[in-house]
Amino acid sequence: MTIAASTQLICFVALAAVVVIGALGVVLLSNIVYSAFLLGGVFLAVAGLYLLLNASFVAAAQVLVYVGAVNVLILFAIMLVNKREDLAPIQGLPLRRLLSAGVCAGLFALLVRVVVTTPWAVPGPAAIGEGATERIGEHLFTDYLLPFELASVLLLMAMIGAIVLARRDVQSTDLGTGAAADQGLIEKARTPLLVDQGPS
Amino acid sequence: MVTPFATAAPALVSPGLDLELSFSEALQGFGLSPQAAHLLWLPLPMLLVLVAAVVGVLVTVWLERKISAAVQQRIGPEYAGALGVLQPLADGLKLLVKEDVIPARADGLLFTLGPVLVVVPVILSWLIVPFGQNLLISNVGVGIFLWISLSSVQPIGLLMSGYASNNKYSLLGGLRAAAQSISYEIPLALSVLAIVMMSNSLSTIDIVDQQTGAGLLSWNVWRQPVGFLIFWICALAECERLPFDLPEAEEELVAGYQTEYAGMKFALFYLGSYINLVLSALLVSVLYLGGWGFPIPVEWLAGWLGQSVDAPLVQVITGTVGIVMTVLKAYLLVFLAILLRWTTPRVRIDQLLDLGWKFLLPLSLVNLLVTAALKLAFPVAFGG
Repeated sequence: MTIAASTQLICFVALAAVVVIGALGVVLLSNIVYSAFLLGGVFLAVAGLYLLLNASFVAAAQVLVYVGAVNVLILFAIMLVNKREDLAPIQGLPLRRLLSAGVCAGLFALLVRVVVTTPWAVPGPAAIGEGATERIGEHLFTDYLLPFELASVLLLMAMIGAIVLARRDVQSTDLGTGAAADQGLIEKARTPLLVDQGPS
Repeated sequence: MVTPFATAAPALVSPGLDLELSFSEALQGFGLSPQAAHLLWLPLPMLLVLVAAVVGVLVTVWLERKISAAVQQRIGPEYAGALGVLQPLADGLKLLVKEDVIPARADGLLFTLGPVLVVVPVILSWLIVPFGQNLLISNVGVGIFLWISLSSVQPIGLLMSGYASNNKYSLLGGLRAAAQSISYEIPLALSVLAIVMMSNSLSTIDIVDQQTGAGLLSWNVWRQPVGFLIFWICALAECERLPFDLPEAEEELVAGYQTEYAGMKFALFYLGSYINLVLSALLVSVLYLGGWGFPIPVEWLAGWLGQSVDAPLVQVITGTVGIVMTVLKAYLLVFLAILLRWTTPRVRIDQLLDLGWKFLLPLSLVNLLVTAALKLAFPVAFGG
């Protein structure tokens, strides 16, 4: 085995271990801040795997989008509502955990089956390396144009939705109930905004 | 992935100085295999760039002290070495031997990891800074995009140290720092995109090559004046330099996310911010000021003197001039940044976000559109 091949193997094993252990930590740790930071680590390790596959543009995009944007936003959300309160106890927690573990195991079994039964073309097509950036651009503006544009429309919808939900004060009526918006409710952050104003 | 100094020279350009080839040939003369020689070569350029980055920081710290003194009509450091040149070393030594305190109720692991996550991406970004045609660690195809994506990792380290300090000023500082660097990353990336559109490549080498045609006149700053200003403002904001140093605003937040840090961990933040400043200045000079190019093309000078560009001596002189020009341009920009720091007041957080989202972002989008239109209309001048 040459030096290059063994280096690649060591890198792959290390990155794969980080991905698996980190992902388990994201799900299993009880401290949500640790989970969020571990998620960033998992994203970085996935970017490393892309690098090993000679897809440097995809790796850089992964870091920019997932680590730099998605994970930072998650952290923002956690830290802005960081009250350090214990979660309210949930009834039948062991049963719920058992059920979700069952669903996850089922999904995992499905994925393993797909991986085992699919006839993978090994070794795949030759890596195009540095030419990948141009090829991705070509595809995005020709045969993948529709999904690309649809993704941007989806993001726009999410953004408008977030603004409408967050800036209730610019609305004259409450979206949920149709009643006139009560400025007092907005100032009282503890009170839920979507209050049931009908007779109860 | 790492192809050190000079493996990926473009075919059109003469090979020039190939330090790697000479080094591995010399080692193979001692009976080593080519692979082992390559392995021995790999750490050398990285070490060199690391040392260059740290020395760059020392120089910048000295400049900051001296220039701020001059602005305030003081003398500044005077006793540590001639003109106080050893003062940054003394600063570093002080931080090195200082007690490393982790606050009692802080989160020890995240508290230690935070500064590391802030420094490592900045140092990694030096991978793509070219000092000459073949003088960079790695001519990766994604080039400048690598820098943009790496610099987006930094906010995580800031948030992490802000959270782990268990101090409200730290948390606020961390949140401000992350908000600031996310807001200014977008106009920054858009102004880089306009450059990339003109040079048809993300590689820093190609971006400089595209500016070498007619010396001073072919620099991107003439074709992208708006982009240049946007990039410089955003780079200052990313470095948290003074008009935009809200994350560590002393009057409001003690020292922001650095409040609880002492000793070497604080030194990492300090080092990180100065390396980032030097790196940003280097990238401005690469993207807009012709990188290693001399104001008059070296080829013309060699032609007037009747020398061949490929002669060994001319090659060595060209390489040296390239390094000197890159560093000179970068330090002129660092000087500008220091002057700005000591002469401008701090903006408020709402002004900062307004400037970023309501002014720079639309402006950089317009700049991108105009560049695209000009590229279609005048392909000769705008890299068609």
